[in-house]
Amino acid sequence: MGFLKEAGHLFRFAGLFVLAFLAFLVIRAYVVPKSFGQYGHYRGAALGEIAAHPIKFAGHDSCETCHTDVLDKKKTGKHAHVNCEACHGPLAKHADDPASVQPVKPDTAVICARCHTASAAKPKGFPQVDPAEHSSGVPCETCHQPHNPAIDAGGAK
Amino acid sequence: MKLNRRQMLILLPAAAVAWKHVLAGTPEESPNYKMTDHWWSLLIDIPKCIGCGNCVRACQAENDVPDGNFRTWVERYHVSDWNMTSPEVISPDGGKEGFPVATDEAGKYFFVPKMCNQCADSPCTQVCPVGATFVSPDGVVLVDQKYCLGCAYCVQACPYGCRYIHPEKKVADKCTLCYHRITKGLTTACCEACPTGARQLADLKNPKDPIHAFLKTHAVQVLKPQMATGAKVFYNGLDGSVR
Repeated sequence: MGFLKEAGHLFRFAGLFVLAFLAFLVIRAYVVPKSFGQYGHYRGAALGEIAAHPIKFAGHDSCETCHTDVLDKKKTGKHAHVNCEACHGPLAKHADDPASVQPVKPDTAVICARCHTASAAKPKGFPQVDPAEHSSGVPCETCHQPHNPAIDAGGAK
Repeated sequence: MKLNRRQMLILLPAAAVAWKHVLAGTPEESPNYKMTDHWWSLLIDIPKCIGCGNCVRACQAENDVPDGNFRTWVERYHVSDWNMTSPEVISPDGGKEGFPVATDEAGKYFFVPKMCNQCADSPCTQVCPVGATFVSPDGVVLVDQKYCLGCAYCVQACPYGCRYIHPEKKVADKCTLCYHRITKGLTTACCEACPTGARQLADLKNPKDPIHAFLKTHAVQVLKPQMATGAKVFYNGLDGSVR
């Protein structure tokens, strides 16, 4: 057994390696986030954190639960596929608490012009006018009801 | 120190326990949402885009995007008949307030909304040195902002210029494909606000999604296909001059 006695320094060294490895495991357990590697080389909990961001746009289905009168008007007209929040803006707060959070009525001079101001750059089939020439400053809603904009669809409001 | 067989036998299970502790995770998922059931993508229908900038404003409102940075933006191309390869491209403030009226009838105009292409083999996630950005199991490229160092390797790696360093948080920021919305069954803010339906969220793993019929019957492209990024934002009617 003289061989083992002479190899003692090797075992001591191996022991050091094992200790270092254990220390590595313990430190790693504290340093690496719990969910790291859950789905891949990243922190799995990040998915839940990103998904927890609050929403600002309520979504068309939310509007539909209350505003059926407007939707009935809208669905026969040219704006049938324009979502409410495309013009009215993000209204998740209003959807959460309709009584205390009241949306501001959009200014048709701004809202309508964004889409319908004539430009050579827009697709040719898209309805567009030169606002100055078309109405010379008369507000759009005087003639067009925004929820169903065709003139014969009922005029103002 | 002498390590005999007995000590070794004690230490091995201890190591095993420690290892188990390392592997343990704390999953945090939205209820009723199974990540493995989805593979998100987005369809952009160029002929429908009117350059109103609704998507850019909606994205900024929904995601608190700082002024001067964009998770999505719109470019207007003007391609003249005699010079296909160098079109005139403008994007004033990302198209947030729309575009100046074009009066020059010569050549052709079109709008190209741009955003993160949610690449399946994304170059941006491959270069991250700390594992702070990744492709989620449902196919969305995300940034773990608690883990990000702000080194901006990913900003340089993205061939589409879709990432930026958040000026206040000093970490990488980008389109999340409204991950907080799509995991709740809503569409993205840009799709919600688009008045013409030029943007449509699509789930490639959902066999009932209209995207499948659309892809079959239309000439659809992705941006920079030669880079083999596995881009999942599909463009219908994309002109050859778009870079």
